[in-house]
Amino acid sequence: MKNNLHALWQLLFGDSARAFGSASVILLVLLAVAPAKNYFSEWRHYQKQYLHLIRGRADAVTLERHFQGGIQQIWIPEQQVTDRCTTCHLGIKEASLADVSSVAFREHPVIPHKLTEFGCTTCHRGQGAATTVEEAHSATEQWEQPLLPAKYIEAGCGQCHLENQTGTPFLNQGRQLIVSYGCTHCHTIKQGDGTYVTPDDDPPSLKHIADKTTREWVYAWIKDPQAYAGTATMPNYHLSDDDARDVSAFLLAQSTPLEPPLQPVKADTKTPADPAAGTSLYGQSFCASCHAMQNAAGMMVGGNVGPELTGIGTKAKPKWLQDWVANPNHYDPGTMMPHYRFDAQQVATLTGFLESKTEPDFVANVHLDPATPEQIEHGKRLAVENGCASCHEINGIKKPENFAPELSRIGSKPLNQLIFVEGVEHSLPGYVAGKVRNPRAFGPSLKMPQFKFTPQQIDAVTTALLALTDRAQSQPPTMRIASVQQTKYQPAGNAGQLMRDLRCFTCHMINGHGGDMAPDLTWEGTAVQREWLTQFLKNPETLRPALIRRMPKFNLTDAEINTLADYMMTVYQTPEFDRDSLPVSQFNPVQVEQGRQLFYSKFACQSCHIADYKNDKGYIGPALAATGKRFNAAWVYHWLKDPQALRPGTIEPNQHMTDDEARSLTAFLMSLKSGGAQEAMKK
Amino acid sequence: MKTIFIAVFAATLLMAGCSHKSNQPAPLQSTAAGTAIVESSGGKQIGYAGMLLDQPVVVQVNDASGSAVAGAAVYFSGPSGVSFTPPAALTDSSGQVTSTVQLGQQGGRYKLIANTHDASGKNLGLTIDEIALGYQQTVGAQLNAQYCVRCHDPESTPQRVSNMDNLSVKPHPFTEGDTLNKMSDADLVAIISHGGPALNKSPQMPPWGYTLSKSDIAALVSYIRAVADPPYEAGGLVYAQK
Repeated sequence: MKNNLHALWQLLFGDSARAFGSASVILLVLLAVAPAKNYFSEWRHYQKQYLHLIRGRADAVTLERHFQGGIQQIWIPEQQVTDRCTTCHLGIKEASLADVSSVAFREHPVIPHKLTEFGCTTCHRGQGAATTVEEAHSATEQWEQPLLPAKYIEAGCGQCHLENQTGTPFLNQGRQLIVSYGCTHCHTIKQGDGTYVTPDDDPPSLKHIADKTTREWVYAWIKDPQAYAGTATMPNYHLSDDDARDVSAFLLAQSTPLEPPLQPVKADTKTPADPAAGTSLYGQSFCASCHAMQNAAGMMVGGNVGPELTGIGTKAKPKWLQDWVANPNHYDPGTMMPHYRFDAQQVATLTGFLESKTEPDFVANVHLDPATPEQIEHGKRLAVENGCASCHEINGIKKPENFAPELSRIGSKPLNQLIFVEGVEHSLPGYVAGKVRNPRAFGPSLKMPQFKFTPQQIDAVTTALLALTDRAQSQPPTMRIASVQQTKYQPAGNAGQLMRDLRCFTCHMINGHGGDMAPDLTWEGTAVQREWLTQFLKNPETLRPALIRRMPKFNLTDAEINTLADYMMTVYQTPEFDRDSLPVSQFNPVQVEQGRQLFYSKFACQSCHIADYKNDKGYIGPALAATGKRFNAAWVYHWLKDPQALRPGTIEPNQHMTDDEARSLTAFLMSLKSGGAQEAMKK
Repeated sequence: MKTIFIAVFAATLLMAGCSHKSNQPAPLQSTAAGTAIVESSGGKQIGYAGMLLDQPVVVQVNDASGSAVAGAAVYFSGPSGVSFTPPAALTDSSGQVTSTVQLGQQGGRYKLIANTHDASGKNLGLTIDEIALGYQQTVGAQLNAQYCVRCHDPESTPQRVSNMDNLSVKPHPFTEGDTLNKMSDADLVAIISHGGPALNKSPQMPPWGYTLSKSDIAALVSYIRAVADPPYEAGGLVYAQK
């Protein structure tokens, strides 16, 4: 062996001429390494494949003209984008390549943004400057942000778009879940525009919990909230029996009696509750607009604004229930529940009905001995450790600050700052989804409780969290589309007081403040006639037969109705036009007849509306049979001309009517003065 | 020299063996075999690219007399990017296998395949079609839910009563490919923008061109194309022009 090596050395470097020759050859070979590497590089291979593909197609000439060889780059310095993805992804701008089977060469699906303005990695992540598939797509030692899996792609949109967008249902849903499950009670989320995400789940105060419910119920609830109500947003803390016993002992012990105390219902109204009357009062009051309850067939019926009431009789003490039904403001001044003005008889009837809705199984196996001081002390310690006061008001415990890690930049968290466990994919989306799915899997001592999410909800929440990136924070403000923030609008005076007492804003939006369950009332004073409004407040008729959610009857006094009507008619007016600018007296029978024809033939309004209960069946829009009694002609006219201008987002299509058509239709509609819908239904 | 060679060879073999972990699920020991595999539910769902389908796919293995066979092995497969949980299982006592499906990263139609074997070992296959919506179709789906579905969908739910029965001319559900596939994109855009009369059809279809944007309407058309049953074929228009 040694001899062989020696012979080789002699052969190559034996004398100076040989040495020079050999060294030159070696140098040449070394110099050729770089061009060869370049020549055999992966991206060239893809470009060759692409050329092969397009040359076989009918529009080869056009495609070849568009093709540019060599490394391609999209460079947008202000967004820190240096993307060479188009070096291999050559067909993404070619509409004719939409059907190509290779993902690499297919046209990019239609999106609202131009590639040259946003690049690729802004949404997809990955390493833009890389020129090999491995480095561009995957996490490497030097690069921790691999391509975002398609199911989370809406996270890309969420970096700039803080508003709800039509095209991002999962991002919207995830954000909604974060708000409605109260994640931000514990975690701070500061968005790119400087606003904070605020929860809207409204967890109840526990300061007077003993007035409301029993220790047994509290125990069973803490053990498994969803066993009581499937829709409950309270998470499960997986407390042991002993811990749940001690927490329930503490919560009942810290409770103080409500001040002033619960009002017992007067003795003379304590007549045995008639179940039929209770059912009908529950229906008339439209409790189901907000509360769900399981019906006899086992179906859950009702809204999700308030808690589910299927087992309310097991949960609430009768005395508390009476007090709450009579006036919820007494127990919880911040509640979303309106103050129905029930008389004593109605309170007794409704309370009796609700008390009969029990789930005895829920507390059947709970047997608790009287609490000892040690148990109460231990319960308090657990309540502090688990951060109960982050969500609930509790006597003797202050709301903790920064109880959980801030999530404002969770979407860019470096992997080396995360601790992974068995069964969790080693990637940021894997980590975030794992945390949302089963937080305690990351360690039994971790405090984050178990939320009840479906797999699809987990993906949605993960999408919303992954949108919280460094880029979202550092994006120039011009790139950002702000979310629609609620205004702080409050109506003034007596009427304002009354509207807050009735919780109008739980369902109605006025001047950018309030809920979206019922129509926006910002310009209601321009739209309707005063007599109709007073009648409606006294006894709300059915305007939209197909809806479950309806305006409840609040049992208002005449004086209260007048206060409300005066205020609304005066204040809630559009500045765009005068409500009296189109007097009905202007209309003649010819116009009415023309309008009728337009209604039934050209515009086929009867498809969605009812003008005549005998013939029309349209079920989508409100019934119009009493338009002449309900609306002002000027409103109807302007509505017909451009519905979205008066109520953004209404689904009534803008039919692009001429002025004459709108005038005739208004004349016809204003001639409709039959009774309200309920009256007509009876006939 | 020889020993070095052998060592290197062994090391290479070892490395090759370690790096190629098999992704194939371990073969199942079926205890029975049927003669047919049929779909129970979960086909023709409309999902989103990369997302879990709302409903799992349920298939059933039957014997010659049509009764369910328990203990037959069923294997699921699909185009790249589709994943099944579980990817393979034995049929339960009612002869069924249930698997949740995550669609691939691209919008479009996905053909999922469920396989089982009969007693002679012959392969029995079943194809299940699913639809994944891409971005534009998703926009269309949302607009559809807001504006179109109340008349164009005959199904009523407690939250949304269908208006279809109240119309004298019945609208076409968007899945009705037999009718809608014959209409060109331009015709669909025209009828959505200008209403039924634009194509000499009923004025009960109102014009949406002054309410929705052009891109909204394009999104609706792409959604209608995406959910058509039978599937819509674009029909090589690009080539025809050349």
